[in-house]
Amino acid sequence: MRWRFSPARLFAVLSKEFVQMRRDKITFVMMIGVPIMQLLIFGYAINSDPRHLPTLVEMADEGPVTRAILSGMQSSTYFDFQGIVTSPEAGDKALRDGSANFVVVVPPNFERDILRGLSPEILLSADASDPTAVGGGAAAMASIINTAVTQTLTGPLSYAAGTPPPISVVIHRQYNPEGNTSINIVPGLLGVILSLTMVMITAVAIVRETEKGTMEALIATPVRPLEVMLGKILPYVLVGYVQTIVFLIASQVLFGVPFIGSRLAFFVGFNLYIVVNLALGFLISTVARSQMQAMQISFFTLLPTILLSGFMFPFAAMPGWAQAIGSAIPATHFLRLVRKVMLKGADITDILGDLTNISLIMLVIVAVALKRYRQTLD
Amino acid sequence: MTAELAISVRGLTKIFDGRKVVDDFDMEVPKGAIYGFLGPNGSGKTTTIRMMCGLLTPDAGAGHCLGFDILSEQNSIKENVGYMTQRFSLYADLTIRENLDFIARMYRLNSRKSRVSEALVNLGLADRANQLAGTLSGGWKQRLALAACMIHKPALLLLDEPTAGVDPKARRDFWDEIRKLSAQGVTVLVSTHYMDEAVQCDFIAYIAYGKKLIAGPASDIPGMIGLHTWRVTGPALADLELALRKDPDVGQVARFGAVLHLSGTDKAKLLALATRYNAEGVYTWVHKEAELEEAFIYLMTGVEDNFVSTKS
Repeated sequence: MRWRFSPARLFAVLSKEFVQMRRDKITFVMMIGVPIMQLLIFGYAINSDPRHLPTLVEMADEGPVTRAILSGMQSSTYFDFQGIVTSPEAGDKALRDGSANFVVVVPPNFERDILRGLSPEILLSADASDPTAVGGGAAAMASIINTAVTQTLTGPLSYAAGTPPPISVVIHRQYNPEGNTSINIVPGLLGVILSLTMVMITAVAIVRETEKGTMEALIATPVRPLEVMLGKILPYVLVGYVQTIVFLIASQVLFGVPFIGSRLAFFVGFNLYIVVNLALGFLISTVARSQMQAMQISFFTLLPTILLSGFMFPFAAMPGWAQAIGSAIPATHFLRLVRKVMLKGADITDILGDLTNISLIMLVIVAVALKRYRQTLD
Repeated sequence: MTAELAISVRGLTKIFDGRKVVDDFDMEVPKGAIYGFLGPNGSGKTTTIRMMCGLLTPDAGAGHCLGFDILSEQNSIKENVGYMTQRFSLYADLTIRENLDFIARMYRLNSRKSRVSEALVNLGLADRANQLAGTLSGGWKQRLALAACMIHKPALLLLDEPTAGVDPKARRDFWDEIRKLSAQGVTVLVSTHYMDEAVQCDFIAYIAYGKKLIAGPASDIPGMIGLHTWRVTGPALADLELALRKDPDVGQVARFGAVLHLSGTDKAKLLALATRYNAEGVYTWVHKEAELEEAFIYLMTGVEDNFVSTKS
């Protein structure tokens, strides 16, 4: 009867497992934290029908119809007017550096041409490098104009509201005229891939040294901490380079993603991004006690990188608090940078803002990591 | 005087999470000596060693190691000290040669290749140089670790429980090696639990709960405690042992096979006891010199009592 299944032994193993689970604080936090974070992000932060997208107007004419159209756009909640531009170049620049998703262009003599029945064109320029973000607004444009026309062209002017349509809408999907989602996703993927591997590999590589006890022998030699850190991190920078090269080839060959911007801007951007991720991995290594914990914490940072950075879901569609969290993630800024450079032809001056943001995040991470590293040494 | 001392520290104190792991610790290790560092597990031996070789910054205290200040010249100390950690801390996934070579490069040794080859020959591992270090047995790992911390020919060796978990033959070989190094003028500070190893040391310090209890030449230690020991033989020793343990006059009872060693500090009471038993004729009581072993068992029991009383 010795081989019989014993509930008492089963219970002993079970309770031992629970005790160990409770002792491993990081695993415990992850078990509770990851589902809560996913619930909050998917439930509240993600919205695939984004509204309140920043919009600029280039007004060469002004009148009752124009005003009705603009107020109709604003009340549709798809568009959020941020100001006016005075030249097509200024509008293009705003789309390229990402400060606006739409530019509405009202041509000269717009009001007069409506009344003359010439069916003037109103132009909606959209940044289609993120097709999901601008899709809703572009689709709503026709009905907004219809409503504006029926509201304003009444009474003696009602003759102009008939056929042919008094206004023709031209929607210009810039950077991605076919609305191809892979053109948006693939450049973003570089940010996620680099983040995943750089953070995790660095954290695990450093923690492994402490976990196996080899760090103790290492620091007993005259080696300086900086030599250890650089020596451990630099090989993974090389890994990041290899990943980026593979990525660039694949995005061109397999997905036909264009690369129209400045190569220098790309080079500067991805180097900075690799460094910030290595720093994050280093920071994690000062917190984690085992390789398992290092993996778990890296995974924890990966979730917001995928969900809140604008990689999978439009950044503009998220509520303010989620955007605030997203802005603290390096990938958010790197994603914008890569899309700008690859799809919108940006050069180094267009991405200065993103570079600054990544640098600021890096400063914070490095400061915290060094403080923690000093403590763990003693 | 300091010129003859390899280590001289005063008032070393280290606090972890509000607990004094090492408390006001003094130590002087003469050059060329084998200095045994004894104490129960968790008594602060490792922390003390790490403070002396510049790996940890003490919260209080000062001192010199090989003439370098332990607070400000840690890098010079590291250049001249070989530190062997308690746990095997070489790379299991590097070969024996790669491990030695890596450590040699950390010390920026000249003629590295020949130093490594020489170390491999001395170790007797020349023909297995390309074996992964992780596949070595416990005794070999420990010899490799010793070779690694000797590769830069340090003037001072700090060995933290070097023989834990190693078989007796390998331990003996290891100590032969240590004595050989000592004869060449290397100072050795070694922490251990084993009495047979403590006996091999020229000097001994005993530490418990972060405090140094006693220190001095190994042969003087029993006399310093003032311990008197009687050797008892006879039938049914187990019953006698139980009875004597309850006797407040007997400080300590230790069983060595068919012999009981009784020790205490009160010479007269022990003598009275011995005379009584010898008169009964069942047991034979013989006075003997107190040895290190008795001394340390006595220290250990005494300290535990102290610890309990301070806690309550």
